Amino acid sequence: MGKFFAVTIVVIAILSAIPIVRHTWEAPADVSAHGALIDEQMSETMAEAGLSFLASQFLLGWFIWRYSAFKPGDKIKSFPGGAKTMVWAAFLLVGTECLALGVFGVKAWASVYLTPPAADAMTMQVQAGQFAFYFRYPGPDGKLGPIHANLINEANQNFYGLDQDHDTDSKDDIVTAEMAIPVNREVHLLMHSKDVGHSFYVPALRVHQDFVPGLDVSLHFTATKVGRYEIVCTQLCGLGHYNMKAYLSVLSPQDFDDWIKKQAALQ
Amino acid sequence: MHDMSAHAHATHQAPTSFIRKHVFSLDHKVIGKQYYGMALAAVIIGMFLSWLMRIHLGWTNFAIPGLHILSANGAPGNVMTPEYYLQLMTMHATIMVFFVLTTAPFAAFGNYFLPIQVGAEDMPFPHFNMMSFWVTFVGFLVLVSSFFVSDGPTLGGWTQYAPLSAVGSVGGPGQGLGVVLWAASIAIFCVGQLLGSLNFITTTLDMRTKGMSMWRLPLSAWAWFITSVMGLTAFAVLMPACILLILDHVAGTSFFVPSNLVINDQMQPHAGGSTLLWQHLFWFFGHPEVYIAIVPGMGIVSHVLITNLRRPMLSHRVLIYSMGALAVLSYMVYGHHMFVSGMNPVSSLAFSFPTLVITIPSTIVVLIWLGSLYGSKMRINTASLFALGFISMFISGGVSGFFLAQPSIDIMLHATYFVVGHFHMVMGVAAMFGIFAGTYFWFPKMYGRMMNETLGKTHFWLTFVGAYCIFMPFHYLGIAGNVRRYQAFVDDYLQPLIPVHRFITVAAVATGAVQLIFLFNLFYSRFWGEPAPDNPWQGTSLEWSTPTTPPPHNNFGDHLPVVYHDPYQYGVESSTGDYVMQTSPEQVNNGHDEA
Amino acid sequence: MATTVHEPPKVDRSRDPYRPSDSGIGGGSNQGPSARELRRTADYSPPPSSTGIWVVLASISMTFAALTSALVVRQGAGNDWRHLTLPPILYLNTLILIASSGALEIARRQMNSFMTGRGEKTSRPTRWLYITLALGLLFVAGQYVAWLELRARGLFLATNPNSSFFYVLTALHAVHVSGGLGGLLRVIRRFRKSILRKSTLDATSRYWHFMDGLWVYLMLLLWMKL
Repeated sequence: MGKFFAVTIVVIAILSAIPIVRHTWEAPADVSAHGALIDEQMSETMAEAGLSFLASQFLLGWFIWRYSAFKPGDKIKSFPGGAKTMVWAAFLLVGTECLALGVFGVKAWASVYLTPPAADAMTMQVQAGQFAFYFRYPGPDGKLGPIHANLINEANQNFYGLDQDHDTDSKDDIVTAEMAIPVNREVHLLMHSKDVGHSFYVPALRVHQDFVPGLDVSLHFTATKVGRYEIVCTQLCGLGHYNMKAYLSVLSPQDFDDWIKKQAALQ
Repeated sequence: MHDMSAHAHATHQAPTSFIRKHVFSLDHKVIGKQYYGMALAAVIIGMFLSWLMRIHLGWTNFAIPGLHILSANGAPGNVMTPEYYLQLMTMHATIMVFFVLTTAPFAAFGNYFLPIQVGAEDMPFPHFNMMSFWVTFVGFLVLVSSFFVSDGPTLGGWTQYAPLSAVGSVGGPGQGLGVVLWAASIAIFCVGQLLGSLNFITTTLDMRTKGMSMWRLPLSAWAWFITSVMGLTAFAVLMPACILLILDHVAGTSFFVPSNLVINDQMQPHAGGSTLLWQHLFWFFGHPEVYIAIVPGMGIVSHVLITNLRRPMLSHRVLIYSMGALAVLSYMVYGHHMFVSGMNPVSSLAFSFPTLVITIPSTIVVLIWLGSLYGSKMRINTASLFALGFISMFISGGVSGFFLAQPSIDIMLHATYFVVGHFHMVMGVAAMFGIFAGTYFWFPKMYGRMMNETLGKTHFWLTFVGAYCIFMPFHYLGIAGNVRRYQAFVDDYLQPLIPVHRFITVAAVATGAVQLIFLFNLFYSRFWGEPAPDNPWQGTSLEWSTPTTPPPHNNFGDHLPVVYHDPYQYGVESSTGDYVMQTSPEQVNNGHDEA
Repeated sequence: MATTVHEPPKVDRSRDPYRPSDSGIGGGSNQGPSARELRRTADYSPPPSSTGIWVVLASISMTFAALTSALVVRQGAGNDWRHLTLPPILYLNTLILIASSGALEIARRQMNSFMTGRGEKTSRPTRWLYITLALGLLFVAGQYVAWLELRARGLFLATNPNSSFFYVLTALHAVHVSGGLGGLLRVIRRFRKSILRKSTLDATSRYWHFMDGLWVYLMLLLWMKL
């Protein structure tokens, strides 16, 4: 039975690796400027983790195969080098792997989270609330008006609680239910939560950030390919969490101008 | 001179009444069995909940027969509502993590075997020990009671992130009384476990019999000791966090709820609180908690494995140091649950380094096990199969952790099924395998009967293959960006993944059904299993040297044992065979060559 | 005076012929424990209540550490931190608690002398214990007065974060002090029945002194932060 177990382990390990190697299920193609670093990190990790996974499962299988079939006269043997070998192997192999990935990973992380947005980035805002995203563009004055929580009224479609009568900056703000951005232009996305915790995830754009109620956070990124993508909420926010999504359209600069004008007219 | 009062304190008379023998018992062995029984009830409930979840995920509009009896509101016409899915999910996780994975490998087996393995008559504070079980049980009842309140249990996940968990019923069904019951149950659970840790630590440090130095303790005893130290610090932090959460609900405080929240067009009355504060408090507990769930399993598996390898561990001390290192590092890594939470991104990098470093002791543990397989005389029985299976599962689960340790990769994998696959591999499968290994191994000592090997092996094979069928695909789903905690998959990019979910559901229900074999074996063997000898596995540690099987009330009869040897003297030539028990004064020669 | 120590159970020490030798570690050893090791295990095993009380104090420390972090984070989170002047009675309560620790130390030494038959014999060894108890009760009463004073000022649990933390920290401390009072009562009861162990007395005292120290820490925290 030991041999059968050994074979089972090896077969399972190989079967597990197949969908990875064949890229059966993959993240959507990267359409961001910073995503290449993340994808590279992922491939390297997959290679190293995959090799470690296969090697250790194979070793486990081999040892089970070999040593469950002992003969009565066999003597107990100790692994060459004893525990010292294992400790050194762990420190050297795993330690260097971890160090390498950790250090290289800093660059990918820093490019998203530790660099300020470009001076000419397009600023806009997303508000998350049970169970929808609403987007706000500053309009021609380039300024987003203040949010008055006490004025929020979904029935009247005042999602942001804007006081357009008294706040000049709010007068030309454009609020939409879909997000659109121009291609190849950095976007500075301000993130505000109306109620509980939510998260903003666009797999194709390689961005993921939780909203923090009470604290406005932001993201910046550049889309490099025209297309239509989905924004999904990934922070459990209540019964409608599964349905909380919005579409993101990456448009050519001309199409984006047209779109913004159309949205402004609808306000 | 020896402080004899240490032993005197632990002495209590054998009980005579039914209540004192089986209900309110001071005997650590009974308490251990009570914990096991509670964990068994909990895992049956938890697994049943997971079936409901998986069926719904595969076939969202399917009317599950009888579901409306469980909850009329939650399943009108037997079709599960979105909120009910989340409620079942929250209860599944809470029950499994707290009332199965923290109780069975640690409180159940630890209570039963730690005093015996150190050579004591009982734990030093038997009344606290009894309280520990009953307090934990009350916590369990409080949790389960939330199923029966009008709005149902909380739907906020076992992590109960604020402000959803703190704003009250405006947040959703179950977010009022459901959250209060959840938080109360967990706070009560923490108190119960702290009482348990008290006993485990004092037993290990103060109740060891003559000749039993710390290094002579079996690896299971070390694992329970290390776990109880973690529990001491972790549960003591979760308890006040739950108290503060309850206050936000019932007393109008604002620890976790910021100002200006608007729900259903209503301004919420709270002001100034910090949602991240909850996350920090919770994960400071939460990460050590998952090590509390796995370290006892490591100890049990090491113990079971080495007995079946008939040779000493490659290095007893290195394993102990590694488990200790895991425990210490577990406090420094908790922020890896919060990489994209909005906390300072530099903190994310800071947390990722110890998270990567913790791979090293984990690897050492696996390599020591593998190195101990080398040159061994491996016995294959149900217990050893589960122990070996644990190694395979722990490798799989550990490897996926390697991805999640890196913030830049976490951007893609956070809150996806990759995370769910990772923690189910290590906790839902590996830790369970540890429980199974311990059960098959120690059942003969606890009940004086062997469990049926054919049923056991069948249970193992089907569970091993089934578990991989269930949880490996979770990783692929995660790589494709499948978000977790969704009750249905409505997004365009998730549509191609639904067939994978259906495959998983079938595997899950089938593998769950297989566990009936285990249940049957457990109950059948209890009454009709083959009578077991005192030492069926030719083990060396103290539990195999008790004068009777099951052990007598005071474990060792008139005389406490005296220990002469290290715990795993296998592969020697002695009068008993290829092993010498810790209690045997016999001096033997090594039968194997030392590296 | 009746014995205050239980009879130890019988342990058969006649059957173990030890040969002092090197005790190896891990897989290499199969020899008997060295004499040094034996002595270490046989001659000294701290009474479990001693270890036990340290365990208890460690977990209580973690709880208050968690609450301290919560306070610090909460202060930085919102802009609703409103300075809270501590009710003056708290300073008196602090002195009372410190005095109670002093009284407890006197009681502990006198009772120890009494039980072991060494040192000066006092006619009423529990006198100072009753004084400790009284001071402890006075402390709890004083805390209650402090809460009443806050209420009179319109500061309730949910009024502002400062008051929230004030009530939570002082109430949790008072609950633990009450546990300590229970422990003192238990010590008195056992002493009266002549079954008090020195280790129990020491452990209970240690707990009480810790409550005192914890209170001083909380006073500093409340005074600095609130």
